[in-house]
Amino acid sequence: MTGRDALAAETPPVKAPGADHDGMVERRGAGLWLTHLGLIVGLLFIFFPIWLAFVASTISQPEIARPPMPLLPGDQFIENYTRALTSGINAPVALMLGNSLVMALGIAFGKIAISLLSAFAIVYFRFPGRQLFFWLIFLTLMLPVEVRIVPTYEVVAGFGMLNSYSGLIFPLIASATATFLFRQFFMTVPDELAEAARVDGARPMRFFFDILLPMSRTNIAALFVILFIYGWNQYLWPLLITTDPSMNTIVMGIKQMFPSGDDIADWPVIMATSILAMIPPVIVVVGMQRLFIRGLVESEK
Amino acid sequence: MATLSLRDVKKRFGKTEVIHGVNIDIEEGEFIVIVGPSGCGKSTLLRMVAGLETVTSGEIAIDGARVNEKEPMDRDIAMVFQNYALYPHMSVFDNMAYGLKIAGTPKGEIAERVEQAADLLQIRDFLARKPRELSGGQRQRVAMGRAIVRKPAVFLFDEPLSNLDAKLRVQMRLEIRQLQRELGVTSLYVTHDQVEAMTMADRMIVMNAGHADQIGAPLEVYSNPATEFVAGFIGSPPTNFFEAGGRGRIGVRPEHLSIVEGAGAGQLGATVANAEPLGAETLVHVRLENGSLLTVRQDGAAPIPAEGTGIGLAWDGRHEMRFG
Repeated sequence: MTGRDALAAETPPVKAPGADHDGMVERRGAGLWLTHLGLIVGLLFIFFPIWLAFVASTISQPEIARPPMPLLPGDQFIENYTRALTSGINAPVALMLGNSLVMALGIAFGKIAISLLSAFAIVYFRFPGRQLFFWLIFLTLMLPVEVRIVPTYEVVAGFGMLNSYSGLIFPLIASATATFLFRQFFMTVPDELAEAARVDGARPMRFFFDILLPMSRTNIAALFVILFIYGWNQYLWPLLITTDPSMNTIVMGIKQMFPSGDDIADWPVIMATSILAMIPPVIVVVGMQRLFIRGLVESEK
Repeated sequence: MATLSLRDVKKRFGKTEVIHGVNIDIEEGEFIVIVGPSGCGKSTLLRMVAGLETVTSGEIAIDGARVNEKEPMDRDIAMVFQNYALYPHMSVFDNMAYGLKIAGTPKGEIAERVEQAADLLQIRDFLARKPRELSGGQRQRVAMGRAIVRKPAVFLFDEPLSNLDAKLRVQMRLEIRQLQRELGVTSLYVTHDQVEAMTMADRMIVMNAGHADQIGAPLEVYSNPATEFVAGFIGSPPTNFFEAGGRGRIGVRPEHLSIVEGAGAGQLGATVANAEPLGAETLVHVRLENGSLLTVRQDGAAPIPAEGTGIGLAWDGRHEMRFG
């Protein structure tokens, strides 16, 4: 038993708040308004820094430097964003966005493809060392990227993949989590389905593409969202292996924009870049919201 | 249409032998039911014929050709699974067409054959639906349809009706039988339900712990069971077994026992435990002196003795069944 379990076991059960009421959905009148008020205040609290960043990206450098900072957008929107996208500070932001997009998509698709295939192998084939391989994959869950970053760098440098998309993508592509997730999902697929496909004449890969893959689509969508954001937010790895500014990704690029020594920070451009960096993940999450939530909540029968 | 023969077919999982040598020759178009309690190896036997389980020893031949080493798809069989095993993301049409599509059948022919099968099974209106939008009975039909469109040499059914409610089960069992007669395809049908076995089979294989205890036509098996197991398993309510006056253990079917009024009358004394009037017939449960319960099946119109009365049991010696 871990310490946390022991603690949980000793804590007396706490009555769920609102247990005496008819439940949250049924609540009417003042309670409803209070709930909404609480949520709105919370939302404003969270949203405020983002709003400030947006405001800062639409005004000029002197306006930012001279307190108090305005709370309403200024008139420099187009200029600041054009400057950020086309020239940036070290590299044009448009280029960095493109790099990030390639890396995030590469990692998301690569991870999904590899983990689908390895989960397929582990669940549907009996080969010597099957369990061993599964536990080896599982073991990598316990090693964070930072632990193996030096040897990985060595390998990538040895292959001459520094400052390249393959160097950005391949080392991050293996995923124990996704393999594990697909393994669990495949194990819930009835054996009879695989047998029916066998009787129908489907070879293993045909079964994989025609039946297993379409059945996993909600899981794949959910995973895609998570992995895209994971790839998009990579910081340490791109920082290590991209020395050429034209290969910088956006998340590390923002940090690179910060002035060193006595340089003056171009805050409007940095803020515009930050806002731009948020847009693709937001699009992915909002665009795939329905599939994403379905993938997390329900398992298709 | 094809013949199917099993020659001393055995199956071992590790060191445990679960099927101890089954022999049968199945004629073209014959409907064979494999019946037995759960764990008797009936499904394993079917799966060996399907090619989903390897054959440890012996030989399985379809139309005289050994198929032991062949993949399921190369055996010219089609199988209906217990849980239907329909592909959940495909429409009914695609479910039925999938096997043909893999075999590379031209599109026009696929559509024609699927529609033909759909008409036969009256599921034409559902062709565009997904399996989850269908009821249990409709799913069952789709599973049948998927087997029919392939025009296989042998149909294999693995307890196809066990997930349906009682009424639908009776209806489907008639339909399956009728369909099989129309198509004339050799069939192997696994069930644990002896009523299904009795009503559907041309011949049945009664399995008991990995042995084929008896192979024969339903009525032949019913009236001349080869073993005590078969006598007890086939027939509902089951055969009564008891010791009768120093003549050893005998079995008598419930309908062959009759109640004679008055204690001491008949060949055996008993007391009435309770009675179940079913309308057309009444099942009277009686308790022997040694405490064991027997069942007597009598006509619904016959008088029902009150609980606790002492009665005598009589039967014709011709109906006694003895097993070594």
